[in-house]
Amino acid sequence: MNRFEYASPQSVDQAIASMNDGAAFKAGGIDLLDRMKEGVVRPSRLVDLHGIKDLRGIKLDDKQLTIGATTTLAELAANGAVREQLAALAQAASSAANPQIRNVATCGGNLLQRPRCWYFRTAEFKCLKKGGATCFAQKGENKYHAIFGGGPSYIVHPSTLATALVALDGRIKTNKRELALKDFFTLPSADYEKENVLADDEIITHILVPRPAPGTRTHFLSIKERQVYDWPLAEVAVALRAEGGKCKAVSIVLGAAAPIPWRAKKAELALIGKSITGETARDAGRAAVDGAKPLAQNGYKIPLFEATVARAIMNTGRS
Amino acid sequence: MADKIKTTVGWAGHTETREIELPDGEPPPWDANSQLKIVSGRVARVDAPLKVTGRAKYTWDLRFPGLLFARVLRSPYPAAKAAKIDLAKAKAAPGVRAVWSEPAGKKILYQGQEVAAVAAQSLQEAEDALALVEIEWEKAPHATDTESARKKGAPMVFPAESQPPPRRVPSGAEITHDGNLRTIVATVGPDVERAFREAEVIIEGGYRTQVQTHSPLETHGAVARWEGEALTVWTSTQATFGVRDQVAEAFKLPHEKVRVLCDYMGGGFGSKLSGGAYGLIAARLAKDAKAPVQVMLTRHEEHLVAGNRPDSTQWLKLGAKKDGTLVALHLKSYGTAGVGVGAGVAGPMRSLYRIPSIKTEESDVFTNAGAAAPFRAPGHPQGCFSLEQAMDELAERIGMDPIALRKKNLKNAVQAAELDRLAHKLGDKWSKRGKAGAGKGAVRRGIGLACGLWYKNVNPQTAVEIVKLADGRYEVRNGAQDIGTGTRTLLAQIAAEELGVPMEKIVVRIGDTSLPHGPASGGSSTAPSLAPAVRAAAFKLKQGGKSANAPRAKEYDALEDQIGGVQAAEVEVDTETGQVRVVRVTAIHDCGRPINRLTSESQINGGIIQGVSYALFENRVLDRNTGQMCNPNFESYKILTANDCPEIDAEIFDVANAGNNTSTAGIGEPTTVPTAAAIANAIYNAIGVRARELPIGPEKILAALRGGK
Repeated sequence: MNRFEYASPQSVDQAIASMNDGAAFKAGGIDLLDRMKEGVVRPSRLVDLHGIKDLRGIKLDDKQLTIGATTTLAELAANGAVREQLAALAQAASSAANPQIRNVATCGGNLLQRPRCWYFRTAEFKCLKKGGATCFAQKGENKYHAIFGGGPSYIVHPSTLATALVALDGRIKTNKRELALKDFFTLPSADYEKENVLADDEIITHILVPRPAPGTRTHFLSIKERQVYDWPLAEVAVALRAEGGKCKAVSIVLGAAAPIPWRAKKAELALIGKSITGETARDAGRAAVDGAKPLAQNGYKIPLFEATVARAIMNTGRS
Repeated sequence: MADKIKTTVGWAGHTETREIELPDGEPPPWDANSQLKIVSGRVARVDAPLKVTGRAKYTWDLRFPGLLFARVLRSPYPAAKAAKIDLAKAKAAPGVRAVWSEPAGKKILYQGQEVAAVAAQSLQEAEDALALVEIEWEKAPHATDTESARKKGAPMVFPAESQPPPRRVPSGAEITHDGNLRTIVATVGPDVERAFREAEVIIEGGYRTQVQTHSPLETHGAVARWEGEALTVWTSTQATFGVRDQVAEAFKLPHEKVRVLCDYMGGGFGSKLSGGAYGLIAARLAKDAKAPVQVMLTRHEEHLVAGNRPDSTQWLKLGAKKDGTLVALHLKSYGTAGVGVGAGVAGPMRSLYRIPSIKTEESDVFTNAGAAAPFRAPGHPQGCFSLEQAMDELAERIGMDPIALRKKNLKNAVQAAELDRLAHKLGDKWSKRGKAGAGKGAVRRGIGLACGLWYKNVNPQTAVEIVKLADGRYEVRNGAQDIGTGTRTLLAQIAAEELGVPMEKIVVRIGDTSLPHGPASGGSSTAPSLAPAVRAAAFKLKQGGKSANAPRAKEYDALEDQIGGVQAAEVEVDTETGQVRVVRVTAIHDCGRPINRLTSESQINGGIIQGVSYALFENRVLDRNTGQMCNPNFESYKILTANDCPEIDAEIFDVANAGNNTSTAGIGEPTTVPTAAAIANAIYNAIGVRARELPIGPEKILAALRGGK
């Protein structure tokens, strides 16, 4: 790891003022310190956001849930109101990483962590995202890579919270603006070096989630190789409102499928107006993977997402 | 003068009396009738308090006045030449006290190969200085996987004449060379093709296993300190004396000028049998700096250069009579140990069952990758993965119970008894198990079993000294290390038992080559080497005197020359997501008469945990295009977590084997041998499709269920 300066600002303004070329914001540090230890980044200064008090905490009012950006995943997962009103979000927060990491990792950091692609994370590979000319995954070891939205980079978005938040119409507030998460994340075809539109002098201060319409049920499901401390092979968040046994509104988002949280619009269309049964759930699962473009080693994600989407839909009735 | 005495050998309900010749001064072997107080009990480790409170000092923990810290610069490429190496800037960097490098023009054969090193007053200064070393690389064509290295015109990793020699060659074997391929062909009995013509049933299939890195909790490393022409090395090792000999040879020193110490070490599965390049680099830098130097590998370096279990691609053909009698076996396999050797898998094929005609053709494929190192029963988990699945297939084909089929053909009578015990323990779970793939619902349950074996290995150069101290306690001395299996506790138990004193009266000194010679912890030989030696020393001391030194205890003909075990795995397979969960492993293993039931069970637990991890998760991934490792960390090189760990029912099958005066055999290695095969058989029972490739991840299950697509 390189040597670095350390700044501990007490306000967002101070934090912005502490930034310079080569500096990096640090919240939980789970992602950043990993990349520093692997020699992938060498920031000359770390600007620690933990001293800024108004960035932490969870509040639910009539309109929306407000999550401070440095709230930990563990705090979010344990929050009673979140568990009751937004089950998928609590499930996502408790699905990420492991208990030790969730006690330190922040919600803002979870959204902003860099890709978990092994080429990106290993110093020996100068990949497209690190200023190189090649996405090594495209014709290399791509078991964990994208089946949707790939090119020229084939990463999958690493944020588990983002999968749930996009399904819940989440928004973020920064020191400069407020915008919907679906507009925050960007595909590599737009800018392959970045995963979102956050500017260098911009900090996520809060995450906002509207209260779901009455009768909405949500569920988040993650499929991993190991049962804990692993990145998902497939994850699905569903928010579903049924009336008279028929699906009135639904949003279905796939994680670990694409370089951004991937809205499965065809699956949603397949379900709208239908009764929720094993059969319609399976039809939605099939629709979810329609148009997928697997690479040489990740074709298994197609049957996997089919099954996971169907299960997540059925689970909304149980949670 | 040798007495003839009678000793009772065997296991519960199956004992016999044998006559042996007891040399003068040797204690009569503990046998099936011996009533012992401390030995064979459940004894907590004597050093457990030190370990759990962090007071036990590992090589990583060592600090000396003036200690320097070194970092090593390694090749990022699998094949290259370091055309120019410029150390000037690194040498001039703050805190730097010594630098080392290979000569310019050095040929690089694998990613991670050592090129230069820097010792500085702090690790940070060493790391900063390392970044200032300037190297002009000339990349060369590489071959990092067995498929591309076998192709005509593939880059030659070694010129034919400088290939490292094979580690073990069966007698009468024929060795052939073809490019990067070296093939050892060995036969047993009459011509295998003719024998297959006598077979009534033939099972034939392909299997693949992956490269598994050693990944001990404590990475490899050493501290070296010179005093004049004498060198002391503290190192995380499983062979104090082996490291001493290696270091002495490298520096042209007499043995008595080199002292190797290892108080505690954080795990070793065969890769810590040598002093390693890191040890020699530490010693070189320490000599130049005239100060002690510590070199500890990072996890990243560890994955690249600290050893691995070679992969394998196997084709196995098994012939039998309809009554289950095996008649012929033919194996063709190849695998890569990188720039090392030892990719053979035929051990179980040649040793587990009575097969009259055997032909094995095993190829080592040299590739541009870090060298393999012996890994907990080298070759056996790989060989068992194919052999024990083929046995299950055969059982199904001829409509015979898999346990009955194995019992009919096993060489080792102890193992056959263990199978009976296993069947008894499993009860209805085994006898009323469902037909393969007959379950309903998304999640299917299955059960499967496998046998595994290992060999009786003993280090004959083992001597134990016991000295009566002034305070009435006894000090037991041997220079061998504790690889983590509980050597201190074992020595104290046996000394206390024989001397008739409580354990508290025994002090144990180990891990120091200035003490009497001890075994390397390899081949499951530590306990069977030390146990009879310490008992012989205690027996001698009881005859009188203040100290006793017992060189080489007597070896007898053991009841069985193999040690082994049987394991059954119960799994749940999610047929929609492909996830496999190992719910329970029931294991029965023998190690002669166990010294300490608690630590022996720990060996079973550890072997199974490592085996499940091998079966489901671990996999070294090299990029197919650049040949560089994709997952040199614990984030993407996946080792099972506590949540993935099955419930383990570990049972020791006591055998009075009379192989030595304590009836002791090893147990470390066989415990990991059958696990992956048992899991694969359980998966077949659950879903009716075979998992023929490790690790068995969701993508393999989903593909298998879709007929390979």
